[in-house]
Amino acid sequence: MGTSARFAGPPEPAEAREARVSRLSETGRVKMQARGVDVFYGEKQAIDSVDLAILEDEVTALIGPSGCGKSTLLRCFDRMNDDIPGCRVTGSITLDGQDIHSPELDVVQLRARVGMVFQKPNPFPKSIYDNVAYGPRIHGLARSRAEFDEIVERSLRRAGLFDEVKDRLTEPGTALSGGQQQRLCIARAIAVDPEVILMDEPCSALDPIATGRIEELIDELRGRYAIAIVTHNMQQAARVSQRTAFFHLGVLVEYGRTEDIFTNPRVQRTSDYITGRYG
Amino acid sequence: MSDAARTGGVDPAARWASAEMRSRLARRHASERRFRLAGLTAIVLAIASLGVLLASIGWNGAPAFSATEVRLDVDLSPAALGLPSDPTGAASPAALHDADYRAPLRAALQALFPDVQSRGEIRDLTALLSRGAADELRARVESDPSLVGRRVSLWLTADDEVDLARKSGLSRAVAEADRHLSDAQIGWLEALLRDGRLRAAFNWPFFTSGDSREPEQAGLLGALVGSALTLLVTLAIVFPLGVSAAIYLEEFAPRNRWTDLIEVNINNLAAVPSIVFGLLGLAVLLGLFGLPRSAPLVGGMTLALMTLPTIIISGRVAIQAVPPSIREAARGVGASPLQVVGHHVLPLALPGILTGTIIGMARALGETAPLLMIGMVAFIVDIPHRFTDAATALPVQIFLWADSPERAFVQKTAGASVVLLAFLVLMNATAIALRRRFERRW
Repeated sequence: MGTSARFAGPPEPAEAREARVSRLSETGRVKMQARGVDVFYGEKQAIDSVDLAILEDEVTALIGPSGCGKSTLLRCFDRMNDDIPGCRVTGSITLDGQDIHSPELDVVQLRARVGMVFQKPNPFPKSIYDNVAYGPRIHGLARSRAEFDEIVERSLRRAGLFDEVKDRLTEPGTALSGGQQQRLCIARAIAVDPEVILMDEPCSALDPIATGRIEELIDELRGRYAIAIVTHNMQQAARVSQRTAFFHLGVLVEYGRTEDIFTNPRVQRTSDYITGRYG
Repeated sequence: MSDAARTGGVDPAARWASAEMRSRLARRHASERRFRLAGLTAIVLAIASLGVLLASIGWNGAPAFSATEVRLDVDLSPAALGLPSDPTGAASPAALHDADYRAPLRAALQALFPDVQSRGEIRDLTALLSRGAADELRARVESDPSLVGRRVSLWLTADDEVDLARKSGLSRAVAEADRHLSDAQIGWLEALLRDGRLRAAFNWPFFTSGDSREPEQAGLLGALVGSALTLLVTLAIVFPLGVSAAIYLEEFAPRNRWTDLIEVNINNLAAVPSIVFGLLGLAVLLGLFGLPRSAPLVGGMTLALMTLPTIIISGRVAIQAVPPSIREAARGVGASPLQVVGHHVLPLALPGILTGTIIGMARALGETAPLLMIGMVAFIVDIPHRFTDAATALPVQIFLWADSPERAFVQKTAGASVVLLAFLVLMNATAIALRRRFERRW
């Protein structure tokens, strides 16, 4: 692809990379760590040697122009790319130091530990209750009806949806408004008690008010879950995240504290993108 | 930049109003009108021919649902029945079965027409009744032995020629030599009609008896049961097999040269003429495995081979229609591939799969050619009870009746077609209702 050489200079030596990677996480505890991740769609390389940490108590925003590979990278963290024919992921990604591609970690369990919220709200065409109870049910996280009720209520409360839907839990989840549907999807992800939540442009299909509610929710969830969010909206990244990673053409251009990235970017391309010169 | 400069010195209003532009616009509108007219004509023609078809089948078939009956006062004394005289008055079931039921009927007819004396005339007179009338009488007496010794008034089925004559108003327009009923017979019928001894009744035997050489006794029940048994076998094979194949191909199979080859072959099989499947059934099921000839089991298996590609194709379409976002959502919370299919994809695709299955079954119900090949075309009077009994099917029965020389089978053929069409409409209506009921939108 050659973008690596163009944007990141000559390939860096292994020690230098290690040093840089450990510097990235100096202030927080690393929950998930990608090292030298390449993603290919057939012959085409979508991600080129990316190192990225998702920190435990912080929100990490992935920004960059369309097609820069940020969603592809996000999907690597819960191996959603496995199901795409012709997609190949190399490099290492760890969850609490354990390789997520190792045979000891079943992909089904990985996805319970690393939840995902998608770009378009995609509740199951089932009742609100069943949407939330589905994950716990297939993973056997609850035994009695009372335990399920408790999980459903707790998850809906954490997703800030319980008071709006408590009287109509049996109604289909698809009957809710777009913003409510997305919060239902967040509740569904929370219900299996994940350690990490990945959000792939969760607000791109929502109006500003619903977006505001989701952003508040992300802030409330911070600290309880490690969160990574892909967004096109620079203001959103600035509002909700503590760490920002800027991608361009499949390469991680700059990573750092959100305030540094937005006020004092080290790389010219980052500042060009943030100030709206391209994207 | 001025308008004139942009359009090359021409005033835009003048350019769009020029004669050339106007004629271009007129041509466009004209071609659109022609297209609409052609489409409308095609639809009107299609509806008209469908209407003509349905009207003609209905018109020809309606008489098949009524039968002519004659009321006779039958003397059922033991003497008349030829029963051995028994002081207790009770006859054994065997004796009742073997009693002579023709004589009392003949006597009852002769009582109505005392002038009839010669053997030939008596034969013509008794010919007004169905050949099955004696069996009808036996059935009544056997079901109610207390009738013996009494004089009862009974409605008995008339001969098919009488039925045809009554339906055409007992006309003598055709020369006597060219019709089946003589002038004398028509005269007797007119007398019966005057006395209120001739009536049209609903043709129950049409639905409650098997095939017969006598049109007035021939019924559809054997063919209906044969079709039902055959379709049960087909459904039991085709549904699990077709749905699993569709799910595997859509959700699990890798996309490679082999699956491409399988896909092409399934699509081609759906277009193979049905008689070829009949030949396959004949060669493999009857020839190689030695399964019984004319049996619904074999018919069902042959039709299953024919319907399978259709069901797989419609199943795959229904599965493809489930949005990928639902699969992603399920995988995202950690559902295994089988759970994704079992909990989400299959329930959502099921209405479509069921619709496809019903339409496939409707096609199997109307199929004749493969059944001819495996011998389900025999003349079968008994109602089949097992999957291995010799049987025929509804469309084959129509084919058989259409081939029969008796004139009365013409209306039977049309009547059976009406029944077949009614079943097809019912199945398609069920498919539409299912689709309406369970359809989901995203």
